[in-house]
Amino acid sequence: MIEARSWHWIAALALLLLAAVAGLVFGVTNIPVGDTLRALAGDGDDTTVTIIRTLRGPRVALAALVGAALAMSGAALQGVLRNSLAEPYLLGVSGGAAVGAVLAFGMGMQHSGSLAIPAFAGAIAAVAAALLVARAAGRSARGDPRTLLMAGVIIGAFANAVIMVALANSTADTLRGSLWWMMGSVADASWFGALWLAVYVGLAGMALLRLAPEIDVLALGEDAAAALGSNVERATRRIFLVSALLAGATVAAAGLVGFVGLIVPHIVRAFGARRHRPLIGGSALVGGTLVILADVVARTALPPAELPLGAVTALIGVPFFLYQLGRTR
Amino acid sequence: MIAFERVTVRYRAREAPAVDGASFTCANGEITALVGPNGSGKSTLVRALLGREPLAAGRILMDGTERASLEQLEFARRVAVVPQREETVFPLLVREYVALGRYPYSRGLTGSPGDAAAVERAVARAEVDALLDRRTDELSGGEWQRVRIARALAQEAGMLVLDEPTTFLDIAHEMALLELVHSLAAGGMAVLMVSHQLNLVARFAARMVLLSRGKVMADGPPSKVMDAGTLEAVYDWPIVISRDAASGAPVLLPLRKR
Repeated sequence: MIEARSWHWIAALALLLLAAVAGLVFGVTNIPVGDTLRALAGDGDDTTVTIIRTLRGPRVALAALVGAALAMSGAALQGVLRNSLAEPYLLGVSGGAAVGAVLAFGMGMQHSGSLAIPAFAGAIAAVAAALLVARAAGRSARGDPRTLLMAGVIIGAFANAVIMVALANSTADTLRGSLWWMMGSVADASWFGALWLAVYVGLAGMALLRLAPEIDVLALGEDAAAALGSNVERATRRIFLVSALLAGATVAAAGLVGFVGLIVPHIVRAFGARRHRPLIGGSALVGGTLVILADVVARTALPPAELPLGAVTALIGVPFFLYQLGRTR
Repeated sequence: MIAFERVTVRYRAREAPAVDGASFTCANGEITALVGPNGSGKSTLVRALLGREPLAAGRILMDGTERASLEQLEFARRVAVVPQREETVFPLLVREYVALGRYPYSRGLTGSPGDAAAVERAVARAEVDALLDRRTDELSGGEWQRVRIARALAQEAGMLVLDEPTTFLDIAHEMALLELVHSLAAGGMAVLMVSHQLNLVARFAARMVLLSRGKVMADGPPSKVMDAGTLEAVYDWPIVISRDAASGAPVLLPLRKR
């Protein structure tokens, strides 16, 4: 039994590419594959070239990046928390980002592109608050990952309360806009935004891959990790920070896209990835594929309406997750 | 050699220390057994050695080097610790798990050149060759303990610390494990073993250290530490000590209360 066989990698890459092509081909109007590929190169009629290159292209790229970032973040957090139910949003990232975005909405920012900065600030503030709460716990509880999970859940609940209060006092437009944003979407993607996120996710992803052996060791428990030479608290903090930065950026770029961070690592584990370097790498590919496909479904299932991306990832993800669960048992 | 010098560990400022001025040494080439009732400070000492609990006073020396002066990775290259608890939420193959013992030698993105050979030696020494392709969550209690020792041996440290390695093991697995640990000590390692099984360690350890409420109550060869009076006082239970006819080892028998 070889971990993460090479054909798995080839298959994952091929699936990602196929998903990307599907993301370009399908939409309100379906464009034949040949025309799509020609339009990518700049050939064909102007409308098609515009649809492919400026509308669907960045959208597919953004979806892939959001999926990759959430899945890598989830894989790292599950390992370091030693909890297969952990996911990026549990750290309070989602609640904090939503607070930032809703407050910005309330203050009159309407274009979703301008929400990225307040959302990101909210996400980072929430994670910082969760880390502080966990740190304030007694010395014996500080090293316990459950303390941090609890802190994240509490901060998330508080954030929800803030959102309710903010929305209770808002206009119908703001309410709808905020809710839509909270359900996740990559509809407003631009090449500029996607490129920016690509650099960011690339750097953070490499940092996580570098930290992966530390996660392997931390997954054994804190005493065992210390016995193997891990500087447990420092390593845990770093992994949390990078995971939170990844998740925070996705929330800023595309709102809340649930379930990806939870289920993708399980899917990749089911294909034999056990150590965190192949697990995180594989999660990036599978997470990207999943969100591209979810976005295709979101914009084609009930035309001309678009479904919320976060709802679709859950609708696709949960049955697949259950199927995998049944297969591994 | 591991030397604990007047080590004191406090969990909270005002409470009685969990370890209170404990001094003893664990010499190369033999097993030193750390025994005592629940809550006597055995595991706290192991955690202090791991650097997981700060010392309120005293120091721990490893081959003359102060523990506090060592980076955690450097510590892990000198002392291999098999802690009491370890998690297998995300199981590995045994070969991957044993290879984690090389973590203290990893640099950046690559391992060190001696990794494969060190893992192979550790696997052979702990006799877990047949388990290499099994998953860590599918092992029996005895197999898991041997695999954990193999991981510790892959660290190629001169000192080995085991925190209750025979919990949940049946007689054969318990004896086989102790024979393995004894042969490791005979090969020159300094072995410190925390245990509740006094009769068992009395047969394998060269030296026993008896802790009670964080203090060292007795320290010496089993024949000296296995004293009915001392053990009765420490465990607060009536005890008789006899001598096993076959092995000559001291044997403890707790009496029924009347």
